[in-house]
Amino acid sequence: MSEPAQLIDAAVAERVLARALAAGGEFAEVFAERRGGLTMSIDESRIESVQSGAEEGAGVRVVSGGTTYFAHVDGLDPDDIERAAAEAASALRGDRAEPRPLRAVATEPVPIERRPEQVPAGRKAELLRELDERGRSQGGEISQFSASYGEARREITVANSDGLFTSDDRTRVRLGTQAVARRGDVVETGFETLGAHRGFELLEDDPALIAEQAAGKALILLDADPTPAGSMPVVVGGGFGGVLFHEMTGHGLEADHIQKGASVYVGKLGEQVAQPLLTAYDDGRLPNEWGSDAIDDEGTPTQKTRLIEDGKLTAFLYDRLCAERDGVASTGNGRRESFRHLPIPRMTNTYIAPGDAEPEAMIAEVQQGFYAVSFAGGQVDPATGDFVFGVSEGYLIEGGKVTSPCRGATLVGNCLDALAAIDAVGNDFWMKTGMCGKGGQKAPVGTGQGHVRIAAMTVGGTAV
Amino acid sequence: MSDLAALAGRAIEATLAAGAGDAEAYASEEAGREIRVHGGKVESLTAATQSGVGVRAWIGGRVGYAYGTDSSEPGIAALAARAAEAANVADEDEFAAAPQADGAAPALDGLSDPSLAQWPAGDAAELALTVERAALATDSRVVGVEQAVYVDSADRVAIASSTGVAGSYESSTCYAYLQALAESGEGRETGLGFGLARGPAGLDPEAIGREGAERAVAMIGAGKPASRSCPVVLDPTVAASFIGLIGGALAASAVQRGRSPFAERLGAEVASDVLVLHDDGLDPAGLGSAPFDGEGVPRRRTALIEDGNLQAFLYDTYTARRGDAASTGSAGRGGYRSLPSVATSNLTVAAGGHSFEQLLGEAGDGIYVTDVAGLHSGVNPVTGVFSVGASGQTISGGALAEPVREFTIASDLVSMLRAVRAAGASARWVPFGGSVLTPELLVGEMTVSGS
Repeated sequence: MSEPAQLIDAAVAERVLARALAAGGEFAEVFAERRGGLTMSIDESRIESVQSGAEEGAGVRVVSGGTTYFAHVDGLDPDDIERAAAEAASALRGDRAEPRPLRAVATEPVPIERRPEQVPAGRKAELLRELDERGRSQGGEISQFSASYGEARREITVANSDGLFTSDDRTRVRLGTQAVARRGDVVETGFETLGAHRGFELLEDDPALIAEQAAGKALILLDADPTPAGSMPVVVGGGFGGVLFHEMTGHGLEADHIQKGASVYVGKLGEQVAQPLLTAYDDGRLPNEWGSDAIDDEGTPTQKTRLIEDGKLTAFLYDRLCAERDGVASTGNGRRESFRHLPIPRMTNTYIAPGDAEPEAMIAEVQQGFYAVSFAGGQVDPATGDFVFGVSEGYLIEGGKVTSPCRGATLVGNCLDALAAIDAVGNDFWMKTGMCGKGGQKAPVGTGQGHVRIAAMTVGGTAV
Repeated sequence: MSDLAALAGRAIEATLAAGAGDAEAYASEEAGREIRVHGGKVESLTAATQSGVGVRAWIGGRVGYAYGTDSSEPGIAALAARAAEAANVADEDEFAAAPQADGAAPALDGLSDPSLAQWPAGDAAELALTVERAALATDSRVVGVEQAVYVDSADRVAIASSTGVAGSYESSTCYAYLQALAESGEGRETGLGFGLARGPAGLDPEAIGREGAERAVAMIGAGKPASRSCPVVLDPTVAASFIGLIGGALAASAVQRGRSPFAERLGAEVASDVLVLHDDGLDPAGLGSAPFDGEGVPRRRTALIEDGNLQAFLYDTYTARRGDAASTGSAGRGGYRSLPSVATSNLTVAAGGHSFEQLLGEAGDGIYVTDVAGLHSGVNPVTGVFSVGASGQTISGGALAEPVREFTIASDLVSMLRAVRAAGASARWVPFGGSVLTPELLVGEMTVSGS
C-alpha cells in the first residue's frame, strides 16, 4: 500500500496555521483537497452525460471564543492558502497564538486494488451496456432502462494547531440502475445500486445483477394495488431498510443537534430507548464499506461507536468542536463534503446489529400488516422526531403470509415511539449504500440491518 | 468580467485544439458569505470565493463534459483534453449540437444589488442575530432557535462557444432563514421562517424571525388527523414544492423519454382554469432570472398552463432539436460542475381573488397543510402519483382548528391540478421546488392518512 500524498508541505501548513492564529484563536486548521471523478450514464441504450471533473483547493478555519471563522480558496498555491488564512482571521483582534509544531501521523487508507482512473473509459461504457442489456432482457414490459457509473477520488491533507499533520486517499465507485415497467396505463419504477469505498474490483463479480434486480422490482409493482392507509405492524427488510434507523435515530444522535436542544434524544443518554433486543453501531472502519474512511475530515481516526446497547442509549456522534464542548473525545465523525464546507458531525456506516429472530417467523407472527422491503428514501426533523419514508417495494402481510404488492406507500411516525416499538430483529444482515444530506452537504453513508419488525406504525397510502 | 470571458475563450480554443468540432465554455466566479448564529452568538462565519470552468465538447454527435478549478495554461489544456476524451466515450446522438447564437441576449437589469459589497460582515451577522431575537420575542413558548443563517453571494458568469455564443452577466442573491423551536409539555416543535432578496436591504429580519416562531408555536399540541378524503389548503411553501414537481415534469427531457405524467397531453385539459402557471426567466425578483440560460440562449416568459390546458413544455437546445421545437431558454445549470439540462427558471402561479379566510371558508372541513416532507422519495416521477408526509392544522367549519402532524397526503399531480378550486389573493416567492412565486391553493380533494 502506498502512503497517501501530502498535498501541502509541512512548512507551508505551519506558515498558514501561524497566519491563521496571528490575531488570536484557540484552534486553527488547514484542510487541503484534490478531488477528481468521472461519471457517465446510459439512457435509451445510448452512452451519454460523460463528465470528468478535477478540482483542488483548501479551507482554513480559526476557532475563537466559540465562533468559527472559515475561508476557502481554489487551488493549492501556498500564497493563496495563506491569504485564505488571513481572510479567516480578519475579524479577530486578539494577541497572536502559537500553533504547535507539526508531527506527521501516518494513516492506512482503505485499500484499492484496481485504480478506476487506470481502467479505460471505454470499459466503463461497456459495463453500462451490459447493464442495459441485462435490465431490458427481463421482459417485454420493461419499457425504459437507465444506469449510471460514477468514480470519485478524494485526496486530503489536514494540519491543525494542535500539531496534527495527516493525509488520506479515498476512492469510491458506484453503479445505479433504474428500470421502468409499463402495462397499459400502469407505470412502475425499480431502483438498485452497488457501491463501495473500493476500486474497480468492486465490479468484477456480476455487477449487472443489479440491473436484473431493478427490473424485477418494477415488474413486481405492475401487479400492485394501492396501499391501504392505517396503523399496523410493519416488517422492514434488511440492507437499505437500515435507512429507517439512520433517519429516526442516527441523525438525532449527532452531537450538534443534541447540543442545540434540537433532538428528541436530548437527556436520554443511558436511558432505555428501545427494547433490550436492539443494539446498534456507527462504524467508519468497516472494510471497504461505502461510508468508511481511514480518518474523518478533521484527521481523527474513524472508529466503531456503539450507539445503543441492549436498548440503552450509549453514545452520541462527535466532531472535534462538539466533542470539546462536551469535554469528550471526537468519535471520528467530523465529515465535510469538500474543502468548501465546514466539518459537522455525520454518520459513517450506521446499522442495527443482527438479532436472533428468524425473518420468516417475524412475518408469520403478523396477522395483518405491511412488509416494507426497501425504501426510496426518507427524511426526519431531529428536533420533533417526525419522520417519513417512501417505500419503493412493499407488500401486505395477511394471516402471517406476504401477499399482494402495494404501490405508493409511505411510512410516517415519530422516532421515539417507533424505536421503542421495534419488537423483533432478524438474524440476517447486510449493508447498502446511501447519500445523506445535512446542512446542504452530501456524504456517502452506509446503512444496514437484518429484518426488523415495528409493532405499530402509520402506513400512508393512496387508498382510504 | 473580461477575465472570465477571456478564460471562456481560452477554454474554447484549447478544446478545439484537442480535437473537438465545436466547443462551449461556461466560467463562473462567486464571492459569498455565510453566517450562522445560535444563542445570541455567531457560530460560524464563512467568507469565500470560488471559480471554475466547465467545457462541453462536440465531436460529431458525441458530447463530452469536463470541469475544473485550474485556469492555468496547462490546467486548461488538461481540461480540454478530458472533455474531448469524454466525448469519444459517448455514443452518437443525431440531435446533439452546439447552440447557435441568434443575436446577443438583451441585458436584464435588477439582478444585482450593488449595496451587497458595502455590507460589512458585522452588519450581516447583526441581521442574523436580529432574526433569532425576533423569534424569541414573538412568543414565550419559543425556547430557542436551532439556527439562524444569513447567506449572500455575488456571482459573475461568462459563456462562449465556437458557434458564436458570447455573453456575461452579474447577479447577487441574499437570503436568511431560521428554524425556531417551540416547547410545550408534550415535546418540541419546529418552525421555518425565511426571506430572500437581491441584497440584505431587501430582507426583513423581524418578519423572518416572527414567521419561524409562529409556525413552531402553531404546531404545539399537534395530534394525528383521522384518515379520510377531504379538501386541503396548501400554504405557499407547500404549494411551491408541488409546483416545482410539476415544472420538472414539464421539462421536454422528461416528456421525450416518457417519464412525465404530462407526456402526450400538450393542448389537453390538465388543470382547473383557476390554476395559471408560467415559467418566467426575466422577472428580476425571481432568483432564477438571467439574461440567458445555461447555454447562452435568451431567457423568456413561457405560458405552461392557461385556461386549464397544457400550453407548452420547456426546452433546451438538445430537446428542441429532438422535438422539432424552439428552445425556451430553459437550459439550467448547477454551476460550472454540471452539464446543462432542461430546468425551470422561476415558476409563477397567478394569484386569485380569495383571502385566506375565504379559502378556509370554501374548504369548510379539511386540512391546512403548512409543511410536507419526503418529496424526493414519495413521488413517482413517471406517473405523478404521490404520498408524502405532512403537518398543518385542521379546518373545521371554515376556520382553523387543531394542529396535526404525522399524516400523509396523497393524490397524483394531474388530479391535484384539476382539483384546484381557488387560489389565494397574494403570491409569495419561495425557494422550494426551484424558485416559485405562488399564493395558497385550495385543492378540492386529497387522501389523508392519519389515525
